[in-house]
Amino acid sequence: MKLDLLITGVGGQGIVLASDIIGEAAMAAGYDTKKTDTLGMAQRGGSVVSHVRIGDKVWSPLIKEGDVDILAGFEKLEAVRWGSYLAPGGIAIVNSQSIPPPSVSRGLEHYPTDEEVVDILKQGIERVFLINGTAQAKALGDIRTLNMLMLGCIATFVPFVGVDTWKECICRHLPAKAHEINIKAFDLGQRETQNVCSR
Amino acid sequence: MVSTTETARLLSGNEAMALGAYHAGVKVAAAYPGTPSTEILETLAGFGDTHAEWSTNEKVALEVALGAAYAGVRALASMKQVGLNVALDPFMAAAITGVKGGLVVISCDDPGIHSSQGEQDNRHLARLAKVPMLEPSDSQEAYDLMAVAFDLSERFDTPALLRSSTRISHSKSVVRIGHTRTVSDAPVHFQHDVHKYVMLPVNARLRRPLVEERLVRLAELAETFPFNKIFPGDSSLGIVTSGVAYQYAREVFPDASFLKLGMTFPLPQDLIRQFAAQVKRLIVIEELDPFLQESIRTMGLKVTGKEFIPRIGELNPGIVEAAARKAGLLPPAESPAVAATVANLPKRPPLLCPGCPHTGIFFVLSTIGQRHKILDAQGKSVKESKLVITGDIGCYTLGALPPLDAMDTTACMGASIGQALGMVKAGVASKVMAVIGDSTFLHSGITGLVNGVYNNGRLVLLILDNSTTAMTGHQDHPGTGVSAQGQTTRAVRLEDLVRGIGIADVKVVDAFDLKALRTAVRIALESDELSVIIVRGDCSVRVPRREGPRAIDAEKCNECGVCFMLGCPAILSNEGEAYIDSAVCVGKGCTVCQQLCPQQAIAEAAP
Repeated sequence: MKLDLLITGVGGQGIVLASDIIGEAAMAAGYDTKKTDTLGMAQRGGSVVSHVRIGDKVWSPLIKEGDVDILAGFEKLEAVRWGSYLAPGGIAIVNSQSIPPPSVSRGLEHYPTDEEVVDILKQGIERVFLINGTAQAKALGDIRTLNMLMLGCIATFVPFVGVDTWKECICRHLPAKAHEINIKAFDLGQRETQNVCSR
Repeated sequence: MVSTTETARLLSGNEAMALGAYHAGVKVAAAYPGTPSTEILETLAGFGDTHAEWSTNEKVALEVALGAAYAGVRALASMKQVGLNVALDPFMAAAITGVKGGLVVISCDDPGIHSSQGEQDNRHLARLAKVPMLEPSDSQEAYDLMAVAFDLSERFDTPALLRSSTRISHSKSVVRIGHTRTVSDAPVHFQHDVHKYVMLPVNARLRRPLVEERLVRLAELAETFPFNKIFPGDSSLGIVTSGVAYQYAREVFPDASFLKLGMTFPLPQDLIRQFAAQVKRLIVIEELDPFLQESIRTMGLKVTGKEFIPRIGELNPGIVEAAARKAGLLPPAESPAVAATVANLPKRPPLLCPGCPHTGIFFVLSTIGQRHKILDAQGKSVKESKLVITGDIGCYTLGALPPLDAMDTTACMGASIGQALGMVKAGVASKVMAVIGDSTFLHSGITGLVNGVYNNGRLVLLILDNSTTAMTGHQDHPGTGVSAQGQTTRAVRLEDLVRGIGIADVKVVDAFDLKALRTAVRIALESDELSVIIVRGDCSVRVPRREGPRAIDAEKCNECGVCFMLGCPAILSNEGEAYIDSAVCVGKGCTVCQQLCPQQAIAEAAP
């Protein structure tokens, strides 16, 4: 068994926490796991990439280009940037939020449209799920729950970790007062991908 | 918060090193924050029962640890790769005096330059200092090797270098915790020994042969060192490797024979010969310089590696695989079709955060010295910069990037002030201004400024004081008055410090008051004496104070684009129309864009 996940987005979206939880959940399910983050030098607003690897035995913490089974992009541009890392048969879960980098804000470069995002990702794979995660997290009452919502989406495709294990790992990382809303976000994410999958 | 008792944990290399040191009984730990090493001291500071401190710089940190080791306790100094440059003096001194309690120095290298001013392979420094070097290849070894390093240090009367890298420090893997904390119960006592600790030439000459003898004994130990291990496989290819490169090599060559080295200086020559004799082709897979390869070649063995493995940048399984294909070790393959399309996407460079106290001053600097070339009707540049800005290392180095473009040099910690003086003394026609952050100033800017006073340097120094070491994740420093373990200490006031060395022209300006900043800079540039402006404002990430986000009134906005010159990530554009992302705008505590807008189109958003 091996499952390689790449979680990408923009600094401040809670990617490192989400990938920590995936690693701990995999470990709790009895697998070997390694995870690593590349953050760059900015505190906020830079590209963030987390590699999470799960298997019977994991060597490299970094996933090889072309080996990613699940790409979870918390932001569209950062999702499509890592498209070449997807394995044939891999899936991409993309939050439809766009955070334009300064070159786009200043009109110097073009931000890809939703169609372009899906087209580029579909060059390598068939299953691309565009999720309206940010809006749903906002509707839930706290935009910061986006990471748990995305985690819920991801969990749909990690069948060897039980729902209780996910929730235990989530709660271990958050203060008690944040448990309820984040578990709600996780459930919402699960439903989202389950719906899209059955459609 | 890392638990010190659970038996199996998913830990980063840094957390594992901290826990390993804690269980090995470390009593004093000192560091200056630096990516990717910062979390080692941060984790240790949370454990208690150990003195863990942020020192003013790496040299001081290592001297603190050395003093503790002289007193007989186990001590640790951790730093990033360039930190060991700063600490090289005490590191070399420790290598010759030796220790009493174990002394471990952790150097976290940064291959690929994720967050450093350069790339360097600090394995060379173990050879330079003639001290043993250990290299973990995952978090388990990071944990296990700490106890081994302390033990080696005490047994061989030497500091031990533990060399990590970004990928070891910043990746998490499963650690099975084998120990609990054991601390030596011997009373803390400094044993007077002038011949060992006072490095007058006469004594240093006596110590010198001991260093060489120590190295011979360490090389003997390396032959049976349990972390130097042969993993037999297909004998047609033998791979010598260490650190994270071992993981990449195992991934790419699952069937090959391996000699994995946990101790990379001094090398186990007999073991290497034995391994070489077992395999048909011998290669080395290592990150950065051909450190192992050259040593093995010097032994007279036929070995390759850097002929196809890049010596620049961080390795990964893809790079190792591509190199192996190029070298004919693996069959050729095609690259995926998506790669080409993805290469053309807009980049996302690091930025100053919304509400950053550095934005206003860099905007002032970018405009006041006419650094922006303003194009005339023919598209030719009509104005040239009249101001040279020597820069330093911190978040504010991002002021060098567009659209601010307000920094001309960045070399190493504290360099801005000496460089500015050098330019003044060389006679450059432009005004010269040095820009440094509070933590960097306390790290190694002070000596440069004292030098400026002494040598009568007519320069302007801007100290950007955000009351934290921001880029590495908001560590305290002597200016904040809070220790690494959260105790209140005496805060060093920058203005008192600067006045204390004889500088009369010292101003403190609010980082979010554009007019005051502009006035202060203008006056300082006209001054004939050394002047210091302390630009003070809290880091917007460390002190969140989001209140009353601003908004742009589309009717008043004439799309002049001046607000985009701030490079604030909260100011976005939709088809040329500027708007402010209310979810990230700091609002009342900043208002720099509002002060700037010529149309007065920016105001507090309607609730």
